[in-house]
Amino acid sequence: MPPSETPLHEGPQGVEGQPLIVFDQVVKRFGDLTVLDHLDFQVDPGERVTLIGPSGSGKTTILRLLMTLEKVTEGHIWVDGEPFSHMPRGSGLAPASESYLRAKRRRVGMVFQQFNLFPNMTVRQNITEAPIHVLGTPKDEANQRASDLLDLVGLGEKIDAHPTQLSGGQQQRVAIARALAMQPEILLLDEVTSALDPELVAGVLDVLREIAETTDITMLCVTHEMGFARDVSHRVLMFDQGQIAEEGHPDQIFGDPREERTKSFLRSVLDNGD
Amino acid sequence: MEFLIERLPLYLDGAWVTIQLTIGGSALAFVLAMVFGTLGSMKHWLPRAVATVYVEVFRGIAALVLMFWMAYALPVATGFQLEDRFAAIVALGLNVGAYGAEVVRAAINAVPKAQVEATVALNMSWFQRTRLVVLPQAWAQMLPTFGNLVIELMKATAVAYLIGVADLTAVAQQMRQGTGETIIAFVGALILYYLIAQVLISGMRLLERRANRRLGRTPSGGTGLSALLKYPAVGGGSAGVG
Amino acid sequence: MWDFEFTLEVMPDLLEGLWITVQATVMGYLIALALGLAIAMVRRVPYAGGVVHAVMEFIRTTPLLVQLVFVFLVAPSTVSGMTIGVVVLGVHYSAYTAEVYRSGIEGVAKGQWEAARALSLPARRTWGAIVLPQAIRKVIPALGNYLIAMFKDTPLLFAIGVAELLTQAQRLGAANFRVVEMYTLVGFLFLIVSIPSAILIRRLERRYAAV
Repeated sequence: MPPSETPLHEGPQGVEGQPLIVFDQVVKRFGDLTVLDHLDFQVDPGERVTLIGPSGSGKTTILRLLMTLEKVTEGHIWVDGEPFSHMPRGSGLAPASESYLRAKRRRVGMVFQQFNLFPNMTVRQNITEAPIHVLGTPKDEANQRASDLLDLVGLGEKIDAHPTQLSGGQQQRVAIARALAMQPEILLLDEVTSALDPELVAGVLDVLREIAETTDITMLCVTHEMGFARDVSHRVLMFDQGQIAEEGHPDQIFGDPREERTKSFLRSVLDNGD
Repeated sequence: MEFLIERLPLYLDGAWVTIQLTIGGSALAFVLAMVFGTLGSMKHWLPRAVATVYVEVFRGIAALVLMFWMAYALPVATGFQLEDRFAAIVALGLNVGAYGAEVVRAAINAVPKAQVEATVALNMSWFQRTRLVVLPQAWAQMLPTFGNLVIELMKATAVAYLIGVADLTAVAQQMRQGTGETIIAFVGALILYYLIAQVLISGMRLLERRANRRLGRTPSGGTGLSALLKYPAVGGGSAGVG
Repeated sequence: MWDFEFTLEVMPDLLEGLWITVQATVMGYLIALALGLAIAMVRRVPYAGGVVHAVMEFIRTTPLLVQLVFVFLVAPSTVSGMTIGVVVLGVHYSAYTAEVYRSGIEGVAKGQWEAARALSLPARRTWGAIVLPQAIRKVIPALGNYLIAMFKDTPLLFAIGVAELLTQAQRLGAANFRVVEMYTLVGFLFLIVSIPSAILIRRLERRYAAV
């Protein structure tokens, strides 16, 4: 949380050890429903954070705010010390314009629960379209990178396939490659295995483990895969009713949860066979 | 029969004019439909209002009235005389374009929201999103109704005869006056109109199948010639053009 | 530029033309509604259905104007232009309404037919009490669209000498050398009728489930 005496538009101070993402008293309401209730939290550069909690507790909303798919109702979000949900105007902050958001969201990528591949494009086009048209990457380079990324996710031979010809798990791995092709500093993973048949989950999680081990991308991950969360994340946040109920190292959260809400949530998830 | 064969060249001349009107009118209608349909799908009120005015005005006025206005009122009002054929094409294009704009708007709005969210996650601009993702996907949905509109436009070209264009209908009238053979003269024209419509229907089916293949969908009507020859269904929302 | 005095002067004649336009539309529409339904039902009969379908397809893909002029020329001279206009409009549009009814009938769940069969209902009750009430309700907005479309096609009656709106406008415009006023007024009169009816149809669409 930024100290209140600093001018608003300068944000949290201190480059050394400065957090990458800061949520400052963020409120998100949909009509009468409050999804996030004066939420504060920070994520450090390179940190991998897993968000868990019952559905409707606001986890996905956090990712959607960071992807600028939603706007905050109150409060501010900062990325790398600069306002993200707002833009500087005069000495204060104003709601961010579309062009400001475009400049800011360049550092963020997202993988969706339902993959959201473009059905009018091949696998290759899905991956190269944004680098070519948004980043201005030369076509050859974008193609080369697409095939490298497809090799990484184990789908090198599917480069000219059509999304509808792939299984759900394969589509999701293409979606991961597509997000990585934009070279994001922050990768948002929104229940990326929830829409998959059980036998396809492992393949996707293996790819994500590999990415976690070999890169320093900051990851925010909403998932019900507790084993995966335990393996890859530095920190786990337990959400309930729009607030953080408990946070800590995965070993502590999963091995020795302190809050009753966390205990009952973990029990319910384990009962469902996850 | 002999009567018709003898006069086939004249009929073909008329049919060629009808085809020109159809192609010209469709091209104009297509451009107008794309522009105003896209404007109508935007979030801001101003482009939406512009699209609504265009659609309601040019859909609301009959093509024939529009054509009369272009041919007879415009020269008096502005001193600028349009060539008859051109006036007909502009009137047909404006009228059918208004119907088409509604089709385009509906098809754009039917592209799943998740697809738009994916373009945001890839940081595409509005223009990139529309060009690369939204329109290509909406295209497959527009085509069947576009097919119906092209047929409607082709049929509406007959009214150009009333402002003096020498189209297929004009040939039939000329033939009747010259020979007194009303039935043969008109049935000949109707058959040619029917054949033109069948060619247009087949062409649109080909386009539809290509568009669906692009989206990785298999055509529902089977494959091969038989599917090509099947009539497209008249959608509930595609009112006749008049 | 614009002659308002003249506008007021010709208004009664124009409105008379509009009234004829509306009459032709309504009568033609009633034919289209009834005939279209009959065609949609006959289309389910083997062979006869195929023949009817082919004929309607021919009518649907050829110009209304040519059909009007053709029938006008071959009909006995005792039949008025208005009668011919109304009948041809009605038959032409029944090709469209038949397709609308058909989609509605096909939209009725198969189980409804089977339930009627299981109750040994006669065909008349099956259609009249079970299938059509469900089918027609769903297609009311689509049918309404064709009413508007038909209204916009009535100027074609000009070609067979019916004194509808466009005919009146042409006569008055030519007689007074005021074509700009006349044709612009016709355009406005069309908008005055068609825009409110378009809004009405949208209401209908919201009220009844669209097909």
